[in-house]
Amino acid sequence: MATAAAHRTTAEAQAAEAERTAAHEAAFDAAVAADERIEPRDWMPDAYRASLVRQMAQHAHSEIIGMQPEANWITRAPSLRRKAILMAKVQDEAGHGLYLYSAAETLGTGREELLDKLHSGRQKYSSIFNYPTLTWADVGAIGWLVDGAAITNQVPLCRCSYGPYARAMVRICKEESFHQRQGYELLLHLSNGTPEQHAMAQDAVDRWWWPSLMMFGPPDDESAHSAQSMTWKIKRHSNDELRQRFVDIAVPQAEALGLTLPDPDLRWNEVRGHYDFGAIDWDEFWDVLKGNGPCNEQRISQRRTAHEEGAWVREAASAYAAKHGKAAA
Amino acid sequence: MNRVPATAAPAALALGDDALVLSHRLGEWAGHAPVLEEEVALANIALDLLGQARVLLSLVGDEDELAYLREERAFRNLQLVEQPNGDFAQTIARQLYFSTYQELLYGQLAAGDGEFAPLAAKAVKEVAYHRDHAEHWTLRLGDGTPESHERMQRGCDALWRFTGEMFQPVEGVDADWQKLENAWRESVGAVLQRATLIVPEGPRGGAWTAGAGRQGLHTEPFGRMIAEMQHLHRSHPGATW
Repeated sequence: MATAAAHRTTAEAQAAEAERTAAHEAAFDAAVAADERIEPRDWMPDAYRASLVRQMAQHAHSEIIGMQPEANWITRAPSLRRKAILMAKVQDEAGHGLYLYSAAETLGTGREELLDKLHSGRQKYSSIFNYPTLTWADVGAIGWLVDGAAITNQVPLCRCSYGPYARAMVRICKEESFHQRQGYELLLHLSNGTPEQHAMAQDAVDRWWWPSLMMFGPPDDESAHSAQSMTWKIKRHSNDELRQRFVDIAVPQAEALGLTLPDPDLRWNEVRGHYDFGAIDWDEFWDVLKGNGPCNEQRISQRRTAHEEGAWVREAASAYAAKHGKAAA
Repeated sequence: MNRVPATAAPAALALGDDALVLSHRLGEWAGHAPVLEEEVALANIALDLLGQARVLLSLVGDEDELAYLREERAFRNLQLVEQPNGDFAQTIARQLYFSTYQELLYGQLAAGDGEFAPLAAKAVKEVAYHRDHAEHWTLRLGDGTPESHERMQRGCDALWRFTGEMFQPVEGVDADWQKLENAWRESVGAVLQRATLIVPEGPRGGAWTAGAGRQGLHTEPFGRMIAEMQHLHRSHPGATW
């Protein structure tokens, strides 16, 4: 009968499809295992694609939200040289946002859609930017500690299994490393400056140290996405490993700066070959993540306002391009 | 850095202050631009202008002392560049008016053999890009949607009265001011026309309140702008950064 034949055909088609998927999966797993790069047109598991889009979007959002706390000081930068450096840094962050949204677009998700998700709170950005920049020294502390932590996280991403993300990260890491050095140099200058400048630097480091350690995410046994991301070689080291690496780098740098770190338990452990450090206040971490940080509301509201108030500009560019038949920007 | 002779100092201050103040205003856009590409573009223009300002001010004295320790009445910039950003259309109108002026003026200076020829030759390349950026946005906004057209017209109209001051001769700047004004009117007029906008017809100066920036008379928003700019530097006398 016709229906039986149809059923049989459907079943055969399904079996053939399953076989193809299995072959794709095997090829994908082999490529990842061999440290080959996955490219946009390659077959990839849906969950791999979704996980990458989530991570790249969060990274792109962090770049553009991260412009705010630093832009807060552009108009008050205390010398023209510092003003030029800070403007260039904030501009780099906008540029990083652009590459990362473009890299996410290779997976079929456009910038508009990702921005909508950011504005409606369905996607996150790094919680560190929910802390305020209260003094000029905070610009230095962000460069030294926040960019330093970001680099520790991001250098391994240059070897991430997804090609466009890995390549974007190579360029971003070069610029981030410049940002980190400018932050360190800014703090060094303040630390060796007047007593007021030194105190300003110390206060900034006191406020940014713990939130910077939280940037590596929850401890390994509580990290939702870590295990799968490591199997896929999107992520190469665990949160706790990276956090330890950052502490080990930062402690001697703080000494060279002539500044202290606000942790009485911080000391060298001869046996482990690493610095031990005190307990992180994870309640604060989860609370800020949930939206209760000092600036969550302010950051997202400024972003939303800029986007909404810019709608007529974007509409004008599209209307003009449609009339004159060329690209808008 | 070699200082210019005292006769050229007022000119270096006038041109340097234009660049310094407009750079500051553009810097205020950071984190507020309508689209990510414009975050990059506006910051880029602001950085070019800041670079020009630093060279020009250093011809006169210490760049930070001049930027951070002068009182409002000692600044010699055009009132046009100190005007608040307004909406994106008003910022673009200010960019169109100023970058067209700057490109023509620096073009003349670069062609001459005066004190500012080398600086102008370098800056004019940057400024050509600024004018191109302003021109393209004037076209898109003027000939985009009814809303953008109306906003762009309003921006052009609002700033028109500050444009006459640009052509008052600046001591120590060897330029043909009449030729500059004619070329500016022609260039801006052509862009506005292509953008389906009306060239404003109101006065371009006149009363001392519009057009006396070069004499150190500024508009109310400028005082607040430099209060913000100078606050931290002035709070720590003698400190370096």
